[in-house]
Amino acid sequence: MEIIILLIAISLTIAVFFLGAFIWNMKSGQYDDTYGPSVRMLFEDKKKDSSKDGVSLK
Amino acid sequence: MVETEVACFHCGQECGADLVITDEKRFCCQGCKMVYEILNENNLCEYYSYTKAPGVSQRFVADETYAFLDETTIRKKLLAFDSDSYSTVQFFVPAIHCISCIWLLENLQRLDVGVLKSEVNFSRKQVTISFNPALLSLSKIAALLASLGYAPTIRLETQDKPATDRSLVLKLAIAGFCFGNIMLLSFPEYLGLDGSDPVLKALFSFLNFALAIPAVIYSGQDYFRNAWKSFQQKQINIDVPIAVGLAALFLRSSYDIFSNTGPGYLDSLSGLVFFLLIGRWFQSKTYESLAFDRDYKSYFPLAIQKWMGSDWAPVIVYELQPSDRIRVRHQEIIPADSRLLNGETFVDYSFVTGESKPVKVAKGDLVYAGGRLLGQPVELEVEKKTSQSHLTSLWNNEIFQKAEESGYKKIIDRAARAFTWAVMALAVLTAVYWYFFNPAQMWLVITSVLMVACPCALALAAPFTYGNMLRIFGKHGFYLKNADVIERLAQVDAVVFDKTGTITHGASHVKFVGVLEEDELAWVKQLTSSSSHPLSKLISQSIRSHSTDPVSDFYELTGKGIGGNVNGYNLKIGSSSFVGSIEQKAASSTRVFVSIDQEVRGYFNVETSIRSNIKELVASLGQKCVALLSGDQKSEEQRMREVFPLPIDLRFNLDPHDKMNYVSDLQRQGRRVVMLGDGLNDSGALKQSQVGIAVTDDTGIFTPACDGILQGSQLAHFNSFLRLSKSATQILKVAFGISFFYNIIALSFAVSGNLSPLIAAILMPISSVSVVGFSTMAVNWASRGLNHLKDH
Repeated sequence: MEIIILLIAISLTIAVFFLGAFIWNMKSGQYDDTYGPSVRMLFEDKKKDSSKDGVSLK
Repeated sequence: MVETEVACFHCGQECGADLVITDEKRFCCQGCKMVYEILNENNLCEYYSYTKAPGVSQRFVADETYAFLDETTIRKKLLAFDSDSYSTVQFFVPAIHCISCIWLLENLQRLDVGVLKSEVNFSRKQVTISFNPALLSLSKIAALLASLGYAPTIRLETQDKPATDRSLVLKLAIAGFCFGNIMLLSFPEYLGLDGSDPVLKALFSFLNFALAIPAVIYSGQDYFRNAWKSFQQKQINIDVPIAVGLAALFLRSSYDIFSNTGPGYLDSLSGLVFFLLIGRWFQSKTYESLAFDRDYKSYFPLAIQKWMGSDWAPVIVYELQPSDRIRVRHQEIIPADSRLLNGETFVDYSFVTGESKPVKVAKGDLVYAGGRLLGQPVELEVEKKTSQSHLTSLWNNEIFQKAEESGYKKIIDRAARAFTWAVMALAVLTAVYWYFFNPAQMWLVITSVLMVACPCALALAAPFTYGNMLRIFGKHGFYLKNADVIERLAQVDAVVFDKTGTITHGASHVKFVGVLEEDELAWVKQLTSSSSHPLSKLISQSIRSHSTDPVSDFYELTGKGIGGNVNGYNLKIGSSSFVGSIEQKAASSTRVFVSIDQEVRGYFNVETSIRSNIKELVASLGQKCVALLSGDQKSEEQRMREVFPLPIDLRFNLDPHDKMNYVSDLQRQGRRVVMLGDGLNDSGALKQSQVGIAVTDDTGIFTPACDGILQGSQLAHFNSFLRLSKSATQILKVAFGISFFYNIIALSFAVSGNLSPLIAAILMPISSVSVVGFSTMAVNWASRGLNHLKDH
């Protein structure tokens, strides 16, 4: 039966670890803006391109 | 009307008479074209490729100056980081609304080399800009943003406000963590697996106890605090029975565990806290970004021009000392009690007194802090030092607050009160019964009754019903400040409309017919900008040329017109008889005549078009539609009468104060009024009514102090929204019924002394889940009719 006690100790430790990770994520502001980053990665990393003329509507 | 429906390339709004064409692209106004040109010059036209017509209409943009931002004290307050070559500032930009906004604002460095990096927080509508202060000043950044149509809103006191709802999420996370683990550790008990091992049983119980402590003390603290508060105010709200239930659960479980008589009810307890917090979190998810919280403080002036001996320089208003000389311009708030040094002007004290007629002041007169200057710039000598608290106390709060709000008893509180008394009575009756029949069991039974009486499902019904309704409204362009507004909206029996900007499009087409030179137009702008009449505002906004010539001898005759001298010329603007024109008024549009030195030069044709489907809306409202209020002349009466048939009251020539009085008169007759206005010259009426709704074509920049914002295109469906609010209130009542039903079942177990932990652990979550499920489904079912409206 001692093995159950050990298992519970391990499972609680892991659970507490994940709770801590969540709290840290939240406090560091990762959930503050859930929309911005999802579209930011779609922008093209274009450097200043002077040859491009006018508007190009896709 | 000879209008073709052409959408502006920049902002997507319909182009009217001021159509401008550049590069084969059509723009609704010069402002939109200018933004396009800036972007085009800098190869930033990718902006237009992410979203169609992503811009914000530039038609009604105030000419703000940001020079005061460079003043050291203000600068220091705004900057998050400052050094010689690197500074960081965070601006709140209400206009942020789409992908293109993010893209453009994060490419500011391509517009100005001084910008090092910029990052947008979309949810909070903030942009954080790192820049080189040697190359770029703070005021230049603000002006740059404004020139792109992203004017920042600057508020000193909220700049360092932390994120508000983080603690709630934290409480929710901890409650969820405890709930999950306690449930896991309780399973062996329910399944009867560990009956043979008392050591394990004790271990599980004590672990549960340890896990329950943070759930109750930290996550549940708000309920105890609120219950204590309402206890002190001798008012019972929903938090009282909840707090009692939580306390009963915790104490009884602790007793059971420490006396080794049972496993306790800790899984039910932590589950309760978790569900309750979910409800609270769901409710808190409203439209923070719409800035409903714009209160009187946001009207406070930040900086004022002070005479420094040789020059004018901006200083923070709280640093003004008696005998300082300051300059206040048109539309600015007078920051301190002071004496007028030159000229003669008008001061609008409507924020202080509620009286909207401007007061005339002459040289040497005392003017009081909080008044708004109308007319030419004046110099003042400060008499009294000013402070934030002084201004706060001075500005009449009543004008900014809803009198109704405090007196109104919410359905949930009435239900909670009835519920609490019923439970109390039941607990006493049970106690008496058990006292005579089995005194040993009395306390156990009483705690059982208090435990299961905890109205968790009741507390969840309102947030989920109203929260879902808010979400559905929001999807259809109707944004409410909070859930309480739905309840008030459901009781409305009188609808009052404002004309300009509500029934008619906010964007009117102003066209001058006649002969005026460029600088003469600028004088007209100078004169009209001194008046607060809606027509003056429209004309002033439509003129692009600027002049710095001061206005003297300004006067305003209500219902007739305005006049004054600019640059030695005598200008008169107003009705045909006032100006001296012999021309007859046309019925279809409003004409404002202009004369310079007694010579009539022509007129401004102010064309306002009525929104589509208003007639159908009025018809479907029927008896509920009571009146149309307007600040304009009667010339449009005939046109309005066609839309608003006879029993409906049509009132013209009303000033903002009259509109407010009209609403309060209706209320005195026992009507519950919803006022729909544009929020500009009817904010008093919006405040006075039970529900004040601002109708606007641009939710991004428009932030009035009202209960809700309705997109202009959705106005025609207003009656559907009214009906839905009624259904929401009915759904809520049914949800109450369901929750009471479960409470009665649970109570029957409790009263008879049969409430085992297992039964509690099953009944409590089921009641919560079924109430949440019912209200969510019912709201979606009730609003299914709205979905096809979107295509209109």
